[in-house]
Amino acid sequence: MFQTRIHGRGGQGVVTAAEMLSVAAFLEGRYAQAFPSFGSERMGAPVIAFCRIDDKEIRLREPVLDPDAVIIQDPTLLHQVELFKGLPSTGYILINSARGLDELGLKEFLHGFRPNRVRAIAATELAMKHVGRPVPNVPLLAGFAAITHQVKLESVVAAIREKFPPAIAEKNVAAAEEAFAVAGGKLEASHA
Amino acid sequence: MLKQTEGSHAVAEAIARCRPEVICAYPITPQTHIVEGLGEMVKTGELANCEFINVESEFAAMSVAIGASAAGARTYTATASQGLLFMAEAVYNAAGLGLPIVMTIGNRAIGAPINIWNDHSDSMSMRDAGWIQLYAETNQEALDLHVQAFRLAEELSCPVMVCVDGFILTHAYDRVDVPEQEQVDAYLPPFVPRQALDPAQPVSIGAMVGPEAFMEVRYLAHHKQLRALGLIPRLLDEFKLHFGRPSGGLLRTYRTEDADTIVVALGSVNGTIQEVVDEMRAEGSRIGSVSICSFRPFPLDAAREALGRAKRVVVIEKSLAVGLGGHLSDGVRKSLSGIVLNGYTVIAGLGGRPITRSSLHQLFRDAEQDELEQVTFLDLNADLVAYELAREAQARTSGPTAEAILRRVGTVASQIA
Amino acid sequence: MEMQPIKFYQTATFTVGNRLLGEHERSVQANMRRTNSLNSGHRACQGCGEALGARYAIDAAMRASSSQLAAVNATGCLEVFSTPYPETSWQIPWIHSLFGNAAAVASGVAAAMRVKGREEVRVIAQGGDGGTTDIGFGCLSGMFERNDDVLYICYDNEAYMNTGVQRSSATPPAARTATTAAVGPAPGNVFGTGKNVPLIAMAHGIPYVATASVANLRDLEFKVTKAMPIRGSRYIHIHVPCPLGWGSAPADTIKVARLAVESGLFPLFEAEHGEFVNSTKIRRKVPVDEYLCLQKRFAHLFAKPVDSTRIALIQAIADHNVKRFELLG
Repeated sequence: MFQTRIHGRGGQGVVTAAEMLSVAAFLEGRYAQAFPSFGSERMGAPVIAFCRIDDKEIRLREPVLDPDAVIIQDPTLLHQVELFKGLPSTGYILINSARGLDELGLKEFLHGFRPNRVRAIAATELAMKHVGRPVPNVPLLAGFAAITHQVKLESVVAAIREKFPPAIAEKNVAAAEEAFAVAGGKLEASHA
Repeated sequence: MLKQTEGSHAVAEAIARCRPEVICAYPITPQTHIVEGLGEMVKTGELANCEFINVESEFAAMSVAIGASAAGARTYTATASQGLLFMAEAVYNAAGLGLPIVMTIGNRAIGAPINIWNDHSDSMSMRDAGWIQLYAETNQEALDLHVQAFRLAEELSCPVMVCVDGFILTHAYDRVDVPEQEQVDAYLPPFVPRQALDPAQPVSIGAMVGPEAFMEVRYLAHHKQLRALGLIPRLLDEFKLHFGRPSGGLLRTYRTEDADTIVVALGSVNGTIQEVVDEMRAEGSRIGSVSICSFRPFPLDAAREALGRAKRVVVIEKSLAVGLGGHLSDGVRKSLSGIVLNGYTVIAGLGGRPITRSSLHQLFRDAEQDELEQVTFLDLNADLVAYELAREAQARTSGPTAEAILRRVGTVASQIA
Repeated sequence: MEMQPIKFYQTATFTVGNRLLGEHERSVQANMRRTNSLNSGHRACQGCGEALGARYAIDAAMRASSSQLAAVNATGCLEVFSTPYPETSWQIPWIHSLFGNAAAVASGVAAAMRVKGREEVRVIAQGGDGGTTDIGFGCLSGMFERNDDVLYICYDNEAYMNTGVQRSSATPPAARTATTAAVGPAPGNVFGTGKNVPLIAMAHGIPYVATASVANLRDLEFKVTKAMPIRGSRYIHIHVPCPLGWGSAPADTIKVARLAVESGLFPLFEAEHGEFVNSTKIRRKVPVDEYLCLQKRFAHLFAKPVDSTRIALIQAIADHNVKRFELLG
């Protein structure tokens, strides 16, 4: 079972991200569970969403306390919320930031982590570029696909197309494709 | 058809397949998405021959349902928490009138203090209203139970409450198999009411019954619940035949055959419990669990059969019988009447407090050593409690408890669980 | 459609079947073929205004709907005296659910008829003032707001009679009830409280609102007959004296009701979609004293010395009604 925890603020599509991730896994024939942690329902408040992916039915119903991957949609949460709680040094980290990981003050923290499992992606900028709205969830999902290989890019794309109306979906797909490439993702040979 | 979708939405789709004729509901977290989904389906025409009524309160919701059902229409509503209490009078009324209304409860705690998160205090408050109460363990079971509920309600002429853990199930995206219309039609025939308001055959419904007959009327309600004990397993067997999966029934056992310790619970926490049972089995423990689906009628015989040979039973309760312990424990204890074993009540998950694998693991370890109190509050912050008790002892005008504790707990937004 | 006022000498009494009128002009109750939906044998008190009003209203509704009618009743006198287990005096489909939900239950019945393609079956919700103006108010407003296809009839005897004459928001000022005792410096119900539900019904903009009284039974039948074919929410508020609760003689029920109308204290009017369309003019205005002195619930106003201050306040209410509802031609 692969467990992902997504941190962000209300209005950034954190919950939608977890849902889309679960749909992407479903489309590959796997089991997935996505759910939010509910705090006050207002824009700007810290929000957490969880996604579990497995090849068999998922019975567990607790919040993700020992994630395999953490996605941070809002870097202003760094140093405010214990974003990495429970994440082992073999874990994956994706941070939405145009600045480098060093600039975010994470150099020391990330010391023990595997470099190819940690990425900062300028997801908000990518979203603005392609979609015109500062919602970073889709580019980050593509980045997640790139570094974890838990879901294929095409599954993320399919999930996007299921979620959004056609015009908006295609813009998000474009953002996802660029993010995937930026994160160093390789499309599988059979899909080239 | 397999789908990855929000639990609420799956429930809405299942209900739509049941061909409801009147849907009337008032919004309350966490049931909103179910009713919104149904409302949209009615508006687009996807759910045809259905009246969707936006009522002005939960009391009105159940009342409209009473009128619609009494006039012979298949009727559905949904609520939770405060809303269930607000319609309490009508809930009893519906059962007393023998109307086969189906209602979803998105289980949520009851205030004060106001709390929107999951526990079972709401449905527990209505456990003796005469409704049948079924608890869903997963989102698949949540949608399946609604299909069974209409059938059960109409065969018995008794309302049925399907309890689905708020947020944990209602707002979780899960992989579910939504039944096809033909499958549901084959399982659920059209509603033929036992009584109906019809000018062709006038009847007076809702008379006052005095001391001369009230005992008998109530006995018949009791008898009806007992009949449900036989009908529920039959409907499960039929459901398996039509849909290919064993959703529902009175209760389900998990690795209990040779278990010394058996854990009993209602609803979604059973999933986590089963994970812990597997972990502990791998470590050599003889432990198993029982998930009770039909809480009303309480399956005394089936529970006795499942639990009677264990050395100890641990009941996980998501509701509190203040001063006493638990509600589920009462039924479990009664089912074990005459059998000597150690019974433990654990109050857990109140107001949405996560019930974690690690906490359960430790709890079950303690149970195996019989090092548990009769009633335990899982993961209770003893310091916080001690602080508040000391604070209250200092002054008579000590102010409100909840607010004082919150002040001490601080910002929760930065916490994960 | 305006009802032609018919003088007593033209109709003769109801007991002789209005025989001086042509058949088509006779009242529903005067007709041998009336449905008698609230049959005899019920347990109402002698002189009960509510039983009288209900009998007239429901039979008129049955005629207007070709006997395709279902009734929803709130808890109260009417429900209790008409269905003493194991008997019922109702000859129509009838349901009693709770005290405060008649309007909502009726909305549900109407929805069911719609969805089953049986829209010819009309729905009446009925309740006393307590069940309508107080505990049933939320459901009533909800029904009005949705414009559900229900005719709601309120039988207003101005207190919770079935439970022992307690004050409701329909209780008039100065009236003695069990919870507004006629003692102390301000005896009886407090002035400046109370609710005018017909006006509130008008504020919802529903198709038809009317007040009626058992003092004018033809007018009552006429209004029910007028309301029945209309689709959407309709509200009729009927003034029904309660001899027991009001302390009036059972034989005086219609007389007391007439004095309420003729004094201006109970105006008879009609409204459509929130606008007044008609009021019944007072034939011979009487001072409120004539009405009040027949009821023991106002006896404390006439105990020596006469409480002329309070009586004057009540007179002012009557005079205000006369102006507001244009009750004098």
